[in-house]
Amino acid sequence: MAQITLKNVSKRFDDEYVVNNMNLTVKDGSFTVLVGPSGCGKSTTLRMIAGLEQVSEGEIWVDDECVNDVSPGKRDVAMVFQNYALYPTMTVKGNIEFGLTNKKVPKKERESLINDIASIVGLENHLYKKPQTLSGGQRQRVALARAMVKKPKVFILDEPLSNLDAKLRSQMRTELIQLHQRLGTTFIYVTHDQVEAMSMGDEIVLLNKGEIQQNDSPMNVYHYPVNVFSAEFIGTPAMNVFLMEKIMPYTSNIDKDAHYVGFRPEHAAILTTQPYEDSHCITLQGQLLTRETLGSETIYQIKHRAGNFTVKSFLPPLEENNKNVFVSIPYEKLYFFDENKEQDRDHHWKQASSLTVEGM
Amino acid sequence: MKSRLPINIINGAGMIIVVVLFLMPFVWMVSTSFKTLGETMTFPPVWFPDQFLWENFIKAWNSGPFLRYFFNSVVVTFGILVLQFCTIIPAAYAFARYTFKGDRFFFGLTMITLMIPPQLIFLPVYLQMSSWGLLDSLWALILPFASSAFGIFLLRQSFKQVPEELLEAARLDEASEGKIILKIMIPMAKPVLITFALFSFITHWNDYFWPLVMTTSDSARTLPLGISKLREVEGGVAWNILMAGNMILVIPILIVFFFAQRQIIRAFVYTGVK
Ligand SMILES: Nc1ncnc2c1ncn2[C@@H]1O[C@H](COP(=O)(O)OP(=O)(O)OP(=O)(O)O)[C@@H](O)[C@H]1O
Ligand SMILES: [Mg+2]
Repeated sequence: MAQITLKNVSKRFDDEYVVNNMNLTVKDGSFTVLVGPSGCGKSTTLRMIAGLEQVSEGEIWVDDECVNDVSPGKRDVAMVFQNYALYPTMTVKGNIEFGLTNKKVPKKERESLINDIASIVGLENHLYKKPQTLSGGQRQRVALARAMVKKPKVFILDEPLSNLDAKLRSQMRTELIQLHQRLGTTFIYVTHDQVEAMSMGDEIVLLNKGEIQQNDSPMNVYHYPVNVFSAEFIGTPAMNVFLMEKIMPYTSNIDKDAHYVGFRPEHAAILTTQPYEDSHCITLQGQLLTRETLGSETIYQIKHRAGNFTVKSFLPPLEENNKNVFVSIPYEKLYFFDENKEQDRDHHWKQASSLTVEGM
Repeated sequence: MKSRLPINIINGAGMIIVVVLFLMPFVWMVSTSFKTLGETMTFPPVWFPDQFLWENFIKAWNSGPFLRYFFNSVVVTFGILVLQFCTIIPAAYAFARYTFKGDRFFFGLTMITLMIPPQLIFLPVYLQMSSWGLLDSLWALILPFASSAFGIFLLRQSFKQVPEELLEAARLDEASEGKIILKIMIPMAKPVLITFALFSFITHWNDYFWPLVMTTSDSARTLPLGISKLREVEGGVAWNILMAGNMILVIPILIVFFFAQRQIIRAFVYTGVK
């Protein structure tokens, strides 16, 4: 078990910064998820922690040791690769055993370790097969077993589920969560799927263009996004964000300080008739563009003069011919951002308190 | 189905022609090696001799120090093969997996040697061997072939195809470079290694020119030279004995192929499954 600390870590390829001055602490025993769009430097960060890539600047610490010059094998870090990277010429057992042999673990101990791991991941009956003859899920398990058997201080997983089909993925997701609870080892998990990030992590590190946007628990990232990027990245569908001046004509209760205003699609209510005037809500009138019915919920695209936006509703779907709709959003569910797209905290709270005054 | 029939016939006929073209000289050699001298002279040639004269082989074998030749051939071909593996595997790994100062230049240099036939440089090599005092010994037959540009090229290509992630996984598993080569690279390049080994074996097993130049005494000569000597019997060439000698040369190749064939097929099928 270990705590990982990145101190001012940067990575350059040629002259381009892929990871820029990153400071991050991964807590001992946490399940930390690195999430962000493709190409934002997630894999590069992981690979630097694993030692597969040298840092250009900064330091990486595991507990109280700076590991910048420690070779990958000696860092006590195990990695699970996106396409498993199983040794194709070895059997499942050979794959799991390889790291132990290199560590000069005695034969007897190896056997018992392999048997333990095999029963944990359910591979007892496949130990003597070659990886090519296994299914995707089984290969994934071999990769996990190979990493686990070394009892590493830190587990690193780079999009380990992205090659699996949806059903298997959600099953493996649960298994990974259980595995983490059972082992209590620090997990660092990379994904570009925000659903995975929200459901698995107890700590989310949101990256964009090589910089940390937000580092917090999943619920805090969802409820208190610190900037527009974070607000738009977490949550499906994405948050609707407008320029303040576009929305101003439709409300009288907001002052003009903020530069951007946004609301989550699931926080808006959609109606077919004009609601009564309500000082707690902002009401936007628009035309229904499209409707996606997903069973438990319905997602509407709505056309408005301030810009198109989405609304998610858990009520029975509206008839398609209801072209004219009213969308109302409570003021307290609005998010405000300044001209740098950072959260305008002061503004937000001032608004909330002024609302309560008005409501009295 | 109907329309495919003529194509099948043409295909089949074509294959038969090719097989006959390649097989006929060989069959002729086999049948001649069992004939009496008289039978080798008849026209049209007989395909099946009246009786199979096994003593042709004994005569051929006893006409010179063939045990010595055979032993020398085995030592030379295997010596070359072992040395080649020792040099081309690390070289190919370095060229495929590392960037270092002048890597392109050195690889280019290696490739240029592919274009130089051994006949062109035998004189300087001869002088070199002479100055080392190795002429007329097996070393003179082995050392000049201790590496192979062709082998390096071939192996580099197949090492390049091993995904980088496998090597990274191995490094995380604390494998040394040597272990990576031994346990990951070589098993994955097995078909190429076997193909190259066969190629090298045949080339040097059959080589006539190089031993002819480098050696003078029987103690250092190899099978092809011994067999060519069978022509030098007085009173014309005894074709039946000569062909028996050729059979002695060819049979080990056939045996090696017979065993390697299954390996090659297995190896290729194996890499095909992803
Ligand atoms: N070896 C390299 N040489 C040059 N550029 C590289 C190298 N490796 C990565 N990059 C660049 O660094 C950037 C970040 O890559 P990285 O693999 O970390 O992205 P990622 O966040 O993992 O994306 P994805 O979700 O697609 O895997 C990319 O723009 C990529 O082109
Ligand atoms: Mg990646």
